[in-house]
Amino acid sequence: MEVANRSDSTVCIAEVLLAGSARGELLRLDRPISFWGGVDPATGRIIDPRHQQHDCSVAGRILAMERVVGSSSGSSVMMELLAVGKAPAGLITTEPDAILSLGVIVGREMGYGTIPVLVISPAEMLALPQWLELHSDGQITEQDAETNLPNNASA
Amino acid sequence: MRLNSEEQGWFDGDAGPAMQMATRILFDMGRILGADRLIPITSAHIDGCLYHGDSGVKFAEALVEGGAKVCVPTTLNVGGIDLLHPEIINYPQHEKAMARRLMDAYVKMGCRQTWTCAPYQDGHRPEAGTDVAWAESNAVVFVNSVLGARTNRYGDFLDICSAITGRAPHYGLHVPENRRAKILVRTDTISDQLKSRTALYPVIGAWLGRVVGHDVAAIADIPPSVSEDQLKALGASAASSGAVGLFHVIGRTPEALTLEAACGLNGPEVTITFGPDELRSTRDSLSTVVDGALDAVALGSPHYSLAEIDRFEQVRNGRELTIPVYICLSRLVYAILEKSGRLEPMRSAGVHFVTDTCVVVTPIMRKAPGALMTDSGKFAHYTPGNTGYGVVYGAPEECVESAVHGRVVRDEALWK
Repeated sequence: MEVANRSDSTVCIAEVLLAGSARGELLRLDRPISFWGGVDPATGRIIDPRHQQHDCSVAGRILAMERVVGSSSGSSVMMELLAVGKAPAGLITTEPDAILSLGVIVGREMGYGTIPVLVISPAEMLALPQWLELHSDGQITEQDAETNLPNNASA
Repeated sequence: MRLNSEEQGWFDGDAGPAMQMATRILFDMGRILGADRLIPITSAHIDGCLYHGDSGVKFAEALVEGGAKVCVPTTLNVGGIDLLHPEIINYPQHEKAMARRLMDAYVKMGCRQTWTCAPYQDGHRPEAGTDVAWAESNAVVFVNSVLGARTNRYGDFLDICSAITGRAPHYGLHVPENRRAKILVRTDTISDQLKSRTALYPVIGAWLGRVVGHDVAAIADIPPSVSEDQLKALGASAASSGAVGLFHVIGRTPEALTLEAACGLNGPEVTITFGPDELRSTRDSLSTVVDGALDAVALGSPHYSLAEIDRFEQVRNGRELTIPVYICLSRLVYAILEKSGRLEPMRSAGVHFVTDTCVVVTPIMRKAPGALMTDSGKFAHYTPGNTGYGVVYGAPEECVESAVHGRVVRDEALWK
């Protein structure tokens, strides 16, 4: 991997699992989630009533969560979200995740587009700003809220 | 991550578009998972045949159009439709058609129409020490733990890519040293009587999944007479409450004939205890409803074996059931019951048979709210989120008594 050039707005440099660029508003989950049974594949809404972010939507957000848990059918939910345009704009975890990454990889094969999947440390995750940009070299930079329309993710 | 020359050819498209797509997906995933190469596999079990949305149907049909055929013996997990009784599925028209198209696509690729989450009780039993690519969390944990074959917790998409190419990424539980137990679980404070009962095992499983996550544990002090059905129930529960892919039972499962075999010469890193307190608190945590009237009883996750049906019938002892009892089972077990003339008497007593699928993955029961009782740790885990029903976990005997009376009937003596 190329070493990214730090700039003033650099928050951290992530390990790149799947490269891509995106910008948008952070949605940081307090607890891990299973996409199967936890996220509605038609809308991106978090449907697990026991989850702290219940009723939030992952669509168009930079989704940050420590790790992915639960059913491997989460891959299918991730691809369905890509297919219907309700996927997160980018995904950041603290350990490599196979389940959602697989949904992204297969979605790309099927022509549904792709999103960046990055890994950072738990401390870096806690320090993520509310508006951010993910770069294809793994660099994560802070964005001014004013320069961002809500959910204006660009892949 | 390296490909050999044959695999490189597939990657480049020499074997057609389906092989190319499958190899590309395996290559990308191998890289993410930290695999160094792909390894040959001898069997596959596919979970991707269950409908979650139209994109999965398009993926399977793209493989069919690209000439995909499985190259190892491959069984199919449950689908979204009971193909023998399609009228019981309450999907809207579109979903019903797409769920069936998905199942058809996997059959076209040459998979066996087993439609069961217990393929290991349907003749699909890979040899110990062989590498396989299995999906469906309970089937993964059974094939690893009870049969001693080697697979990771594969899932949708990767399962069929492996079946088509005959390859899987070399990492995780394919590597012998990763199969040793780090954690030793003592159960010596649980009575021998309870250890002979099936109800104990989903509870140990649910506790194990919560405590160890994805780590490998070895359970001690379990009698070697513990049955396959009991180990199946333990594994299914552990794989739904946690991410367990392999457990050992010392003196019983193939890689754990001794403590040293299970944990390695240096012994376990940690020793923990499952005792009466853990039993009670875990058992109670599996229920979201404590008491009162019931709307249904659901059995058979994983699919009920013939022995489990025999036990159900023994406890029922000819009595009528006052609420619907859904028994989910494979076509194979269903056919045996049919041949021996047992289906109709059970039906007229109030049993609803569900083949090819189950009540938690597809709409069969009437709309929530409702209260459902089950003897399955896996059903207990998924029922509230997937069906909206409240759930009561109970021993198989308690489930039958409750179905006869239409309300929760407990027998504390079963838990001593």
